[in-house]
Amino acid sequence: MTASESELYDLAVVGAGSAGLAGAVTASELGLSVALLDASAQTGGQFYRHPAPVVGAVRPEALHHDWSAYADLRRRLAESDVRHLPGHHVWSVMKDEEGGDVWAVHAVTGADGDGERPVRVQARAVLLATGAYERQLPFPGWTLPGVVGAGGAQAMLKSGLVLPGRRIVVAGSGPLLLAVASSLAAAGARVPVVVEASGYLQYARHPRALVTNPQKAVEALVHGTALLWHRVRVRPRSAVTEVHGTDRVEAVTVTRLDRDWRPVQGSGRRIECDALVVGHGLVPQIELATALGCATRPLPDGTSALALDGLQETTVRGLWAAGETGGVGGAQLAGAEGELAGVAAAARLLGRPAHGGRVRELQRRRDRMRSFADVMAATHAPGSGWPCWLTDDTDVCRCEEVTAGTIRESVEDLGARDARTVKLFTRAGMGWCQGRMCGPAVACLAARDGAADLPAERRPFAVPLPLAALAALDSPVVHQHEGRAAETETQSEPGALPPADG
Amino acid sequence: MARTPAELVGAQPDPPFEITFDGRRITARPGQSVAAALWGAGILAWRTTRGEGRPRGVFCGIGQCFDCLATINAQPNRRACLVPARPGDVITTQEGHGHDRLRV
Repeated sequence: MTASESELYDLAVVGAGSAGLAGAVTASELGLSVALLDASAQTGGQFYRHPAPVVGAVRPEALHHDWSAYADLRRRLAESDVRHLPGHHVWSVMKDEEGGDVWAVHAVTGADGDGERPVRVQARAVLLATGAYERQLPFPGWTLPGVVGAGGAQAMLKSGLVLPGRRIVVAGSGPLLLAVASSLAAAGARVPVVVEASGYLQYARHPRALVTNPQKAVEALVHGTALLWHRVRVRPRSAVTEVHGTDRVEAVTVTRLDRDWRPVQGSGRRIECDALVVGHGLVPQIELATALGCATRPLPDGTSALALDGLQETTVRGLWAAGETGGVGGAQLAGAEGELAGVAAAARLLGRPAHGGRVRELQRRRDRMRSFADVMAATHAPGSGWPCWLTDDTDVCRCEEVTAGTIRESVEDLGARDARTVKLFTRAGMGWCQGRMCGPAVACLAARDGAADLPAERRPFAVPLPLAALAALDSPVVHQHEGRAAETETQSEPGALPPADG
Repeated sequence: MARTPAELVGAQPDPPFEITFDGRRITARPGQSVAAALWGAGILAWRTTRGEGRPRGVFCGIGQCFDCLATINAQPNRRACLVPARPGDVITTQEGHGHDRLRV
């Protein structure tokens, strides 16, 4: 079957979290045919991640904030004609050569992208709602088993109902730490301390953003009360600067930081624990858009997000984005932006202007929540002194095991000035994760002063895929509007990953 | 107060089943990923690094970091945090890049 024989969707939505769900159901309710692609088996994204139906959880909301918002989106999805395509890992979005103004969304399928059928979905417009992943800053011992990302621990708890240990220290920076600590404690873990590298007083410098976002204060109060209830202490202006243990975490050293996040000599305290949960905020996941040339904007925390207009359209016509791809701001903001993008895409494709009370109200809500997101990002931006946590033998790149000493050598002796040049000299960022885990840290080390704006990452393949999926591009499977999938001649090799020297 | 995550959400799951990790039998619950089943058995590491042979397990938990690669039913390089556990799965520690059989 060739592409020309297949029907087109009006809108392809990539990502079924808050933003993607809101965009998909809104566009569908306004009359568009919509395909919703997501890597997971279930909708909800990372924020509303929850156990599979076979777990029979009667209180899934116990691990969530604002579950009713998700329940509402899920009900609207079930009542809609949206074609939900779970287990679809989108690796590229491109203009279809054959179709003029038609986008082709390419995906590999299966739990781990190892399915036998590569898939191409065609649509007249695309909404990217791919969310974010966690920013990590390295420190001695962070590769030891038992050290887990804060978002990762939350994800494993929400969907797998498991904990990495019984006594868990939570550390890093940002409000996610409070949410993670309270859910770990509610689920039975002992959390002796939350270690926050920034201070919370900086929020007070932006009274307008606080006053106009009272729901954020309520969230903080809810988490604060939960932490008090579980007797979890919060230590601001401190960091875990060392992990102890040989095969797994046995204890950590918590050290006070100065204003620039340099450790205060002699202030280290050892805290016994069997797991450490760490994270320094989130990085927008925008590879699909940057590969198409979409413009980006720097965020107050040094990461890059997509540059969007008042109706959520990227700088590439016909390509919209919502949620964390435009800057990290939480599930409520993502929902408002997704709805706005759905309205805008429907207006464009149906030949109507996008204005009116609903659009203005959504824009007001979005702008209000964005202003709080900017305050949050600025408050928790890594201080320039954090590289002082590193010893020369601390691994910075986890995949290629490149140490801080090797990276410093490439900067000081070989003249590297950016992450790309460091990568060429040292292989940092050249492994399986393609720099997703070490990129922010390497960029800071290359900038020498410890704080660098992250360049917008360009990864032509947004997820790993077997070479057979590329070979299959000549005769790809097309997901049709009415739901039939054509057979393909090609078979991918299950479990094959791209070579680690990309 | 809930003492386990399953108690907290009031889980009433289908019956558990067995998988093996390096020959050791462990119990998995329906709906868990391979990584979650291993965590449930107190196992945090199931891979050694290519360079230094250091132990690794789940780090990012959402399929981004590739630290959790495991050999699942003789297939190396599977992201254990994404692959659902199935009855009778054979999980083995992945040494290095997982393709030792190709070494000449």
